Amino acid sequence: MLKMDEIQKRILSEVAGLHDVPEGAYNIRANGESAGRASTANIEIIPREDGQGLTVKIKPGTKKESVHIPVVMTESGLKEVVYNDFYIGEDSDVVIVAGCGIDNCGNQDSQHDGIHRFFVGRGARVKYVEKHYGSGDGRGKRILNPVTEVYIEDDGHAEMEMVQIKGVDDTNRITKAELKAGASLIVRERLMTHDDQNALSTYVVNLNGPGSNADVVSRSVARDKSYQKFDAVITGNAPCSGHTECDAIIMDEGRILAVPGLEANDVDAALVHEAAIGKIAGDQIIKLMTLGLTEEEAEEQIINGFLK
Amino acid sequence: MLELKNVSFGVEGDGSAGIKEIIRDVSITVPDDKLIVITGPNGGGKSTLARLIAGIEKPSCGSIFFDGKDITGTSITERAKMGIGFAFQQPVRFKGIEVFDLIRLATGRKITAADACEYLSAVGLCARDYINREVNSSLSGGELKRIEIATILAKSPKLSVFDEPEAGIDLWSFKNLIEVFEGMRKNISGSSILIISHQERILNIADEIVVIKGGKVCASGSRDDVLPGLISTDSAIKECTGVKKGGDLNA
Repeated sequence: MLKMDEIQKRILSEVAGLHDVPEGAYNIRANGESAGRASTANIEIIPREDGQGLTVKIKPGTKKESVHIPVVMTESGLKEVVYNDFYIGEDSDVVIVAGCGIDNCGNQDSQHDGIHRFFVGRGARVKYVEKHYGSGDGRGKRILNPVTEVYIEDDGHAEMEMVQIKGVDDTNRITKAELKAGASLIVRERLMTHDDQNALSTYVVNLNGPGSNADVVSRSVARDKSYQKFDAVITGNAPCSGHTECDAIIMDEGRILAVPGLEANDVDAALVHEAAIGKIAGDQIIKLMTLGLTEEEAEEQIINGFLK
Repeated sequence: MLELKNVSFGVEGDGSAGIKEIIRDVSITVPDDKLIVITGPNGGGKSTLARLIAGIEKPSCGSIFFDGKDITGTSITERAKMGIGFAFQQPVRFKGIEVFDLIRLATGRKITAADACEYLSAVGLCARDYINREVNSSLSGGELKRIEIATILAKSPKLSVFDEPEAGIDLWSFKNLIEVFEGMRKNISGSSILIISHQERILNIADEIVVIKGGKVCASGSRDDVLPGLISTDSAIKECTGVKKGGDLNA
């Protein structure tokens, strides 16, 4: 059993879909302390000496195993910087589920800055899922500033699903990736901001090896008076292919800035950027209204689908 | 079932052109248990008429009655809930919404994948291949069109309005489409169907045909009265002249 109260358990369920101890390796961090940890024969979780993070070592050839490392914060005014390093052994195939949920009912800001580094071995495959969530009616802000660095060796593959749907007041997300020959990276970011929230998302992807490829796609919705900036730069330093896409819906007084950046330093680098920002198409709302939905219900369905 | 009484509709014209009338004093009755086809030349106001019935546009004057109730001022949603279904000429694409979601929303209740598959099969789509597809630009125009028609079958409204269902559909699919309408007509009891179409094979299954030209009803009557006149004309523009020859019509 986990050493957690009911609010912490609810947040844990939101960010990691967990109701209790997960299968496989895990570390659950609650209010700056470990609320439970387990390693497996193939996955070792080693806490850093200063208590501010973990080293996760996945043995070469480990297949179909998972690591859960969610973070839950319910104490107002708590600020922490956590460093987690993941060493994903050659030819392994694993899923890593992270995520951070903050419930802040107090008047002081709560902040979690997670610095994650992934070292993806030759031919290894990793799927990384990260969900951010905020709740609580205090005046204190809920702040998350994740930094993710991904180093992918030859023929390695990383797929990253990053989701922030509700309740996080301020985010500055920075994702950097370096890819060697034949390596591939897929990023799927889904973001919704509301009220006065701010979200910055920066990607710097370097395709250094021949045959490497990256596909970075962000779908986002900015409601109320929120602001988002999506800044994605892909640099092709070898024969490679890269694609970045920002697809965004603005509502109310929401604002979005999309900054495309492509740099080709090799004649065989094929790089594409797409960006589209606009309100929900009127025809989409009308179609759903002809099926019997109200305008508000139609908007909700369209946004839910868009961010699914 | 549905009655349009002296309905007119105009839009702002270019510059000093003032109001441009698209529908002019149109009165049409769609009786219970009947399949009505509205036809006529392009730009004549047929699609606008369908949008007025669905509530997407509001008439500048005149009234619309559904089952005896004045629905002129009601919203799209209210009309949908009353039992009016509308299939778009150019179906809408949605990023992220799957075919199953759209059909589930159309039925207005919880349904199983097997239920949804039934509607897709009815429009000639292999349900397994489509049920989890997004209703986005990866689908062809013809596929979208068939999914659009499947949403109407799923909604099962009292009055189904189809705006040029044949547009964008290949010949092979068209045969299937006619079968869908024939099937709907067979089970029409308690409902009515209104189709906007240029296709002779669709006109052939109509109980009644209305010809709209220049925003006005220029002919209407039973299929046997109107169709021979339409077919005998050598130009779509002349169809009303032809109709007059074919039957006793209120052109």
